[in-house]
Parts: sequence; C-alpha cells; structure tokens
Amino acid sequence: MDKTQYLVKQEPFYQAQGKEVALYEAAYAAKLPVMVKGPTGCGKSRFVEYMAWKLQKPLITVACNEDMTASDLVGRYLLEANGTRWLDGPLTTAARIGAICYLDEIVEARQDTTVVIHPLTDHRRVLPLDKKGELLDAHPDFQLVISYNPGYQSLMKDLKQSTKQRFTAFDFDYPAPDLETSILAKETGLPEGTAAKLVKIAQVGRNLKGHGLDEGISTRLLVYAATLIKRGVDAQDACRMALVRPITDDPDIRATLDHAIDTTFI
Amino acid sequence: MMASSDSALKEYQHPLMQQYWTRLDTGFPQVGEIFEEAMAEALLVIDRPDLDAYLDAASLIGKLGRGVEPMLVFIEEWPSVVDAVGKEALTPVLDCVKAMQKSPNGKAITPFLQTLAAVSRRLQSAAQLQHYLDITLDLMRRTSGSIHGHHTTFPSPGLPFFFEQAPRVLDLLAVGGMRNWVEYGIRNYNHHPERQEEYFALKLADSRAVLQRERRGTLFADVERQLDLYLRAVWQDGDQLVPYSTAFDELRKPIPYYDKLGLRIPDVFEDAGQISGIDRYRAVLAHMVGHRRWGTAQIADNWSPFQRMAVEFFEDCRIETLLCREYPGLRRIFLALHPKPVEGACNPETTSCLRHRLAMLSRALIDPDHGYGDADLNHFVGRFHALLEAGSSNTTEIANLALSYVAKTRRQSDQLATVYFDDTVIEYRDDNRHMWKFIEDSDDEEFFDEPDKKLAKESEVIGLPPRHYPEWDYNTKTYRPDWASVYEALHPSGNPADIDKLLLKHAALAKQLKRLLDLLKPQDKVRIRYQEEGSELDLDVALRALIDFKGGATPDPRINMSHRTDGRNIAVMLLVDQSQSLHQKVGAGETAQSILELSQEAVSLLAWAIDRLGDPLAIAGFHSNTRHEVRYQHIKGFSERWDDTVKARVAAMDAGYSTRMGAALRHAGHYLAARKADKRILLVLTDGEPADIDVTDPEHLRADTKKAVEELDTKGITTFCLSLDPKADEYVREIFGNRFRVLDRIERLPEQLPMLYLALTK
Repeated sequence: MDKTQYLVKQEPFYQAQGKEVALYEAAYAAKLPVMVKGPTGCGKSRFVEYMAWKLQKPLITVACNEDMTASDLVGRYLLEANGTRWLDGPLTTAARIGAICYLDEIVEARQDTTVVIHPLTDHRRVLPLDKKGELLDAHPDFQLVISYNPGYQSLMKDLKQSTKQRFTAFDFDYPAPDLETSILAKETGLPEGTAAKLVKIAQVGRNLKGHGLDEGISTRLLVYAATLIKRGVDAQDACRMALVRPITDDPDIRATLDHAIDTTFI
Repeated sequence: MMASSDSALKEYQHPLMQQYWTRLDTGFPQVGEIFEEAMAEALLVIDRPDLDAYLDAASLIGKLGRGVEPMLVFIEEWPSVVDAVGKEALTPVLDCVKAMQKSPNGKAITPFLQTLAAVSRRLQSAAQLQHYLDITLDLMRRTSGSIHGHHTTFPSPGLPFFFEQAPRVLDLLAVGGMRNWVEYGIRNYNHHPERQEEYFALKLADSRAVLQRERRGTLFADVERQLDLYLRAVWQDGDQLVPYSTAFDELRKPIPYYDKLGLRIPDVFEDAGQISGIDRYRAVLAHMVGHRRWGTAQIADNWSPFQRMAVEFFEDCRIETLLCREYPGLRRIFLALHPKPVEGACNPETTSCLRHRLAMLSRALIDPDHGYGDADLNHFVGRFHALLEAGSSNTTEIANLALSYVAKTRRQSDQLATVYFDDTVIEYRDDNRHMWKFIEDSDDEEFFDEPDKKLAKESEVIGLPPRHYPEWDYNTKTYRPDWASVYEALHPSGNPADIDKLLLKHAALAKQLKRLLDLLKPQDKVRIRYQEEGSELDLDVALRALIDFKGGATPDPRINMSHRTDGRNIAVMLLVDQSQSLHQKVGAGETAQSILELSQEAVSLLAWAIDRLGDPLAIAGFHSNTRHEVRYQHIKGFSERWDDTVKARVAAMDAGYSTRMGAALRHAGHYLAARKADKRILLVLTDGEPADIDVTDPEHLRADTKKAVEELDTKGITTFCLSLDPKADEYVREIFGNRFRVLDRIERLPEQLPMLYLALTK
C-alpha cells in the first residue's frame, strides 16, 4: 500500500480563527476522534487538509451520501472470473496505514451506516470486518474526523446521540469581517479594499439567513467572486454571478442583494 | 329675446373685436361681460386663422339650449386646452359635446367643459385627450338608462361626478389606469344609481381601492417584502413598515416619519427620473435607519424654529454622509433625489431665502461637485467635513455647528412672509420629529400618538376584526379587492351529551369504521432500493449486476430491496355549509330528519374516526349575509381533541343565511396552508351551489369559488366537495374539477362522509 499517495503535498492556505490548530494537535496526540461543525463553505475541509499537512499524515476523504452502505466504508468482496477478492474500503485502508479518515457531511449517510465507525471511535480502536472474519486493530496514527453542517439539514438528518458523544468537536463559523478580508486577499491576491467590499456584501446576505435564505453567502463563494474579479471580470458582474445567483431564486432577495452590490461597488 | 337683441348690438371700438363679437353671434349679456378679457387671452395662444373655429364652436355651444353656463365655460377654458394639447382637439371635443347633447346627458356638458382644461394639462397631448374622450363616451353610453331597451332615457348618474373627479384621478393614474377604474365602476354599479354616483365621486371604499390598485409607480404593497429584506440584510434593522396614503391628501402632503409604532412611508413612489420607485423607498428607509443608528434627540426648548431647522439640515447631511460611507452607491441615489437649487435664484431683498439657503447648503454638504461660490457656505462645508473626518461625530457637535451657521448667515429678510420654496423640498427625508425632546409642552408640538380617550372607549372590540378577501370577477378577469369581509368567531356551545347519543345511535356503523381504521393504520409502504441485504430481490438491479458479471465487469452487489413504512402526514379541514337550506327535511313521517341533523351526525362520526386515526383535523362552519358579513365559525381547531368542548359546539350547529363559498374557502385555506403536512385536504360539505342575496348573476359566485379552489391548489391544498344537492352535477364539476361526490341519498350522509375521507386518504 502506497501511503504517500494520501499525503497532502503542498501547504494549503489556512488562516486560523482562534486556537483550533493547537487544539486539534492536542486531540490528534491523544487520538481522539474529532467532529467539525459549521455552515457550508466556511473552511471545514480546508482546516482538516491543513492539519493533515501540518502533522504530515496521510488523509483519506470520503464524501458521504444517502446511498452509501457500510460496505462502501469497510470494504467488500469483488467477484472475479476465478473467485472473489477482498477490497478494503477507505475506512479500513485508513485504519491499516495510519491515516486521518475524513468523513465529509456524515449526516448525509444513513444512520445504520454510521454505526460501523463506533468501535473505532472509543477506547477499543478496532474495526471488525465481519464478512472477512478479521478484527482489524487500528494503526496508532489513525484518527477519525467527521464534518457536518447543522444548519440546513432536515430534522430527519441528525446524528444519533451515541455517535455524537464519541467525538470532540470544533464549531466553525464564517470568520469575522477583518479576518475574512485578509483571508480573501491572501487566497486570491485581491487588494484588501476590494476584498473588504466583497465581505460586506456577504454580511448582507448572511443577515438574511432564515428569512428566505437557508445559508448565507459562504467564504468559498467569496473566493470564487474574488477569483473572477482577479481575472478581469467587472466586480458587479462577478458578485452577481458568484454570490447571488447560486444561492437564491427568490426575486425579492435577489433584488436586495443586487442593490447591495450596486451601492457597494460604484 | 329682448336681452339678446340688446347685447347683440354691443359696440366695440376695435374693428377686429367687433368682427369677433359679430361672429360669436350670441345674445347672452354675461358673455359680453367677459368677452374682451377672454379674447385677449385667446389671442395669446390661438392663431388668427383658428380664431373663427373657436368662435363658431362657442357660438354653437351657446345655442344648445343649455343656458349661458356651458358657453361661458368654453370661452374661458378653451385657450388653456389649446395651450396644453393643441388646436386639433377642437373637433373631437365638439363631437363629444354633440354626442352628449343628443343623449339624455346634456346636463353633463358643463362639468365636462369645466374640467377639460385641467384634464388637458395632465394629459399633454391630443392623442391622450382622445383616449380620455373615448372613455367618457363609453361611460356615458353604458350607464345611460333605458326603459324597455328602446331609447336611452335616463342620464348617466355617474357622468357629472366623473368629470368632477377626472383631474384628480389623472393626477394619480395614467389614461390606461383610468379606463380600468371606469370599467370597474360601470361593471359593478351599473344598476345602482346612488352607488354609481358615490363610486365616481370617489366616496366608495371600492372606488378608492381600485384607484390605489391602478396607480402608476411602485406600490408599497408590491415591494413590502423586498423592503423588509432590505432593512434586515443591508442595515440589520427591522421594524414595522406602515404605509400612509398619498392619494387623498391634496393640501398637506404627508412626509415620512418614524415613531415607536414603526417606519411610516408613502404607499406609492413613482419613478423620479433615473431613480426607480424601489430605490426611492430604499433612500427613505436608509435615511431613517441612519437617524436611528447615529442620532440622539436634542432638547428643543431653547432654540428658535429657524435654529432647529438648520440643525435638522446639518444633521440630515451628517447622516447621509455616514450612510454613503457604508454604501458609496447610495450617494448617486441621494444626489439624484436631492434638488439642486440655483445659486442666486432667490432675491433676499423681497423674499425669505432661508429655505433656499439651507437647501443649497444641504446640497453642498453631500455633493462634492456642488459648484456653489458663496463664501459662508463653503466655509461651513469645510467645517462640516472637518468634523466628520475623524469619525461619525454626533448630533450635539453638529447642532453647535448649525447654530453658528445660523448666527453667521441670519438675515432680516428671513422673517418675511413670502418664502422661497422652489427646489427646497427634499422628499426622501423624514420630518425629524425624533430629533427633538421638549421639556415643556409647546404650541407647535403635535401629539400624534396620544390616545384619544373618548375614541378608545367607543372602539372596544367585540370578537375578531374582519379579514377581507378579494373576489374573482369572471367578466373582467380581475379580482375585486378586499371585497368580502369574513368575521371569524367561536361557535356557540350546546349540550355535548346530544352528540354522544348520536354516536351511540350509529354504534354499528362505528364498529364497521373501526375495522377499516385498523386496516388503514400501517400505511404507505416505501420501497428502499439498492440494498446489499434486504427482504426481496430487486430484479432490475439483479439482472444488471448479472450482465455486468458475465461481461467481466465488477457487478453491483446491492441487488436487494427492503420496505419501510412511512408515517401518515395528513392535515384535514372540514368546512361545513350552514346556510338556511339545511333546515329542509329528508325522508317522511316519523323518521324524517333535517339535513342539519344529518350533517351533525356525519361531522361527529368523521371527527371521531379521524381522531382515532390521529390525523390533525379542524372543523369550521360558514354562512353569509351579503359580502359584508361572511361568518366563519370555528368548531374544532387542529390541536383540539375530540372532547366535550368540541362536541358541545357541534351540538349547537344551526343554519341560516346564504352560501358565499369563495371567501370561506380562502379563509379556511389560510389556516390549512400554515400546517406542515405532506397532504393538506380541505373537505367541503355543502347542500347547494354558492349563492348570496346581494348577487344576481348565479355564475359570479360559481366562478369565484372555482377561482378560490384554484388558488388553494397552487398552495398545495386539495379541495374535495361532498355535495348534498341532487342537482349539483350542473355546476359542481365546473367548480371542483374531478374532486367531488354528489350524494343522492342524503340519509346515508353519516356513513358516507367518514367513508369518503378514508377512501381519499387510503
């Protein structure tokens, strides 16, 4: 198994909002499972990627979805012309090689799927592969990280208490305006002044969360807008394209955000 | 004839004037009195060659036999009409006059001519005036009455009032809007002369409502949500927005303000040049928000009105400067809306230039390119910007600056009675009432919010205030705004034991129902496909996997499927018609029962059955006595259990009045729409077609009910009608589409209603 393919090769840009880097390092040292919560596009995945790079550990990411079954995580027998062959799933691979396994948007997976991670996340740190008849002891470097967005999911999609209580958690949110401005400027090379205007528009959108918008304008969208502006697109067009049109079909909200754009960029 | 010959001989010194007088050929002495003056005015706008036509027309009008009045009016008003729309208008206007003369509406000629000049000034083109004349003739023809349909013999009641109001209506509406307004009046009040008069005199609430609907510009009602969002998103401020009417205050135009009850803004804004109506609203709101955010109230007692005015101007500009710092694009809107007074336009020797001076200053404070040369003005603009450079400053600092400005620039002539007003009104600014604290009550304080004690006593509310619903008019394909008033009340209570007795009587039926209910309880099996382990093989997927396998590809192992039972999520509303006809008896002899009793039984059984199923159910009854009184009686709410309180209300069900179904449907629908359920069902139990005593056209309420059903459909509410009228086939399909059942044997209603529900939701 080639461990190096899972290593993060280049340092990802990550601007700490608080003490999360040190806290994560402490959690990793103790091999405690970590949960990262926060709205979409606020930097959850980037944070995990950055920590994997900082700790120089392989990172295996799984994007969870509704059709995912336990064997998609653990592994399955493949049928071949002359018999069957066992193929490790991503979770098993991570436990074997000592990687950080990152289950992105865990609540999208069905609840009966997520229970397979339970034995890995308490003091046992084992993964029973019942089909294969193997009890896999996790590598000492293995750590499980999950992320989820408590905001927009329906009531039906929540983690079980028994799952929740196996994790330590970070609560992420969009950075404060000044910080977000500097993040934008560093990530895209946009002048601070323009970046501040973009952040201002994002604030306008975030004020509407719960009043017709399920989610505010994310930092990720701001980066998209900044990238477009950097490429010479007119600022107002870039904002409409990257910040407004993706998040809403409601004409009233669109008009309000457009107005904010028109009065911010002149 | 004597008077006629006298004045006909009237002599004029100027030969031309004499010639005109002869051409006019009239015997009215009153005309002679004003003739010279009128001609002098006419000569200014009418060219010599066209004068003859003017005089001939006047002469003609004088000879209609309507007295001197129309002629006088024409001679006086016509030059203004020509000035506004050109001389070509003469022929169509004369045609119009002739048409009126031929009809019984000759009396309306004078009012027509009286407002013609005012109307022309608002229309500004001959083509537009032609539209106005067309509307006029149309109104006249369709509202003039006739006996036996042969000749029109009664004058149109509304026409004179229409002419009186025409200039005012055109102030608010474009010609197209006016046509709709007139059309509405003709359609709805053609057979009611007094009402028609009131409609066209703008005295009816309807008339004003339609006028409001047709207004040009951006209506508050249309953009209310956008403005709410604007406040919340852009300014993180949220408050009640209260519109005030701008249509009916002519003398004192109300201006925006805010108080503890909310932000008061006009009900409509027309576009102002480049600036759209919505942007004008935004400017008003932004300005008020700025005051709330950065302003503090000042004690006003020690300052003169002039000083206060100056403080207000300075403070307004400080607020706007700060607003523009937040959103630089606002400056464009403010500058476009702010008047630009011309320097030196006001003469300080003869008029009070205070307002002009302050408006100029205000412009200069927010417009970097104001270009004014006045030294004092520029000095204070400099000091103002110096104050604001460091931060947001505050009201007190700005007030001090304003006071020194007043001291420096005060002039004796500021006290003069003639005040220069041009270009000094800044419409988007509020009246600044929040800026002042008064230690003593002074004379110029107005207590808008002080409750009037006498009024408070009278207006004690009994029951809920009415809710108004529109009604669909199938003739015009428009809604009549706020047409039906729905009064909602709790249904009176009776003896719940009566209902228990009824249920006991139907014990056998109840047993049968219970069996059905038990069958119904576990419903809605949902298939979950793509399972590695499941209860059944999913053939489609299995075959695909086998093909993959045979073809050498990796097969999908998820070839099973399993089942899941889904929770039942249905909200039901039962709407019971309680009109007079429910008293009818069904059956004969001893066993005869009224439909009302049968309905009670049916409602009880249904409520009992649904209660056992656990679906949320609400019950309401309705009847109506004209559109002004649609009664909606609450019998059971969604969260109420089927207990004695509810049974008592069912026991007291009574019947009376008529069936205005559309309004009741809309009202029931607004409750049902608020329920969060997968399926929302509105069951209507009725014994006849929609009807009311104030509606003569049976098609009207049917069409309205049909429209109401369609509205509910778009809200995701399924309407189903159980009709007890054996003749219902004629109309019920038209109204409810396929969702209805007609019950021929009404005796079986108690059994059928619960069965129907179960069948619907199985």
